[in-house]
Amino acid sequence: MSDWMLSLLIMLGKSLLVLAALLIYVAYILYADRKIWAAVQLRRGPNVVGPWGLLQSFADMLKFVLKEPIIPAGANKGVFLLAPFITGMLALAAWAAIPVADGWAVANLNVGILYIFAISSLGVYGVIMGGWASNSKYPFLSALRSAAQMVSYEVSIGFVIITVLLCAGSLNLNDIVMAQDSKYGLFGWYWLPLFPMFIIFFISALAETNRPPFDLVEAESELVAGFMVEYSSTPYMMFMLGEYVAIVTMCALTTILFLGGWLSPIPYAPFTYVPGIIWFVLKSTLVFFMFAMVKAFVPRYRYDQLMRLGWKVFLPISLVMVVVVAGVLQYAIQMGWR
Amino acid sequence: MSVAAAFFYLFSAIMIASAFMVIAARNPVHSVLFLILAFVNASGLFLLLGAEFVAMILVVVYVGAVAVLFLFVVMMLDVDFAELRQGFLQYLPLGSMIGIVVAIELVLVMVGWTQADAAIAPAGATVQAGVTNTEALGLVLYTKYVYLFQASGLVLLTAMIGAIVLTLRHKPDVKRQVIADQNARTRAGAIELKKAPSRAGV
Repeated sequence: MSDWMLSLLIMLGKSLLVLAALLIYVAYILYADRKIWAAVQLRRGPNVVGPWGLLQSFADMLKFVLKEPIIPAGANKGVFLLAPFITGMLALAAWAAIPVADGWAVANLNVGILYIFAISSLGVYGVIMGGWASNSKYPFLSALRSAAQMVSYEVSIGFVIITVLLCAGSLNLNDIVMAQDSKYGLFGWYWLPLFPMFIIFFISALAETNRPPFDLVEAESELVAGFMVEYSSTPYMMFMLGEYVAIVTMCALTTILFLGGWLSPIPYAPFTYVPGIIWFVLKSTLVFFMFAMVKAFVPRYRYDQLMRLGWKVFLPISLVMVVVVAGVLQYAIQMGWR
Repeated sequence: MSVAAAFFYLFSAIMIASAFMVIAARNPVHSVLFLILAFVNASGLFLLLGAEFVAMILVVVYVGAVAVLFLFVVMMLDVDFAELRQGFLQYLPLGSMIGIVVAIELVLVMVGWTQADAAIAPAGATVQAGVTNTEALGLVLYTKYVYLFQASGLVLLTAMIGAIVLTLRHKPDVKRQVIADQNARTRAGAIELKKAPSRAGV
């Protein structure tokens, strides 16, 4: 009895630790996003709250919590309030399986990558439910766009993940990172042999998380702010939180699948002494920096272009690559290279 | 009661309750949302059985894709709920009769059910140590059952082609965007500069 109580407590402690670290990281990712965007446009960005504006995200959070939540009269109240919490909860749930250093995960799942894929494919429900329950035109249109967009890009993300799985030979995230460990350091990671897949995954991750240039869901020039128009106060904050946590999840996933997770880029003495989590955070932040730069200088896609890119460009390329990678691996096994 | 048993009862109770709500909810969108809840709890039951791959695939395929499209369609239906409930009593005798017939058949099947030895044998086969569930599934799916696997794929392909054939219309007057033509445009072919003298025009 006390045995499983203890393991439950340890699990709870781990989860709280990950949650706290993640939320602080997300607060500064939000700040970094605004700062980078501002820097590209030669503005200063947030610089008032705290030194260099470092406390801006916390001030924003406080503001959202203290504001009055408004529920539209025609809204479907239960679903309306459920939607932001589903978004926030699902986004956080993905972090249960992400290893930030060797074995440092809340749960080391055998099917870790499938778990994350499943959780991220559920993310669309928050958007659809929010858009529908608001009982208003703009959120509804936005929810329709979002549903089509997320389902489309999930397909190519799935195929990209399959190519990585073929190379790593495991669904376990820890094993996927360890499979990239070689004496070539950063040239042994999967971004190089699977280079086109890396690019497709990066772009699909942008589309999957509704980041610019694929933010048609929130297109402020036509849909005001998409499915979140009717939300205010804490429910709105939950949507924002869910969105940014999902972005960080995608950055972490890119790091694990293509950039060698917590492995040191140069696998020799002084660099291997650095704890794995530091490499992991550095790499994830680098991927996020690319996300932010894309936001700053790529114009928004038109909807039909978005669908064309997903179904007519990425899907065929990734399908062919699955066959090619499988063929090459099979040939390598036949020749005795692996 | 062990933790696993507690979770089994939790998942089953929620699943049965939400399955009931699927048919009891007045709003069809709520019905679909309860259906999704039932799916998620079913995947929880698979997890308890140790079939983690099936559980995740259930969530990815049914909840992540099929139910989204389902919700998509149901959301856009313009249903008058009052009108929908008017015919309820009219169809009640027929509906309940079908329900009773199915229930009797199920009871008859369950009472007279014996398992063939051939069906029991594979259930007793365990996965070898050191092989994950996913790997074990792949080992039989792509070797022993490869023809059945391909055949089920073909069935899905047929369904897909059928759906496309039914809905594809070639309208003669639709202007389509040809991306290759657009990308092939150059400045020379697209822009013409003209001198427009004052008071004379082009």
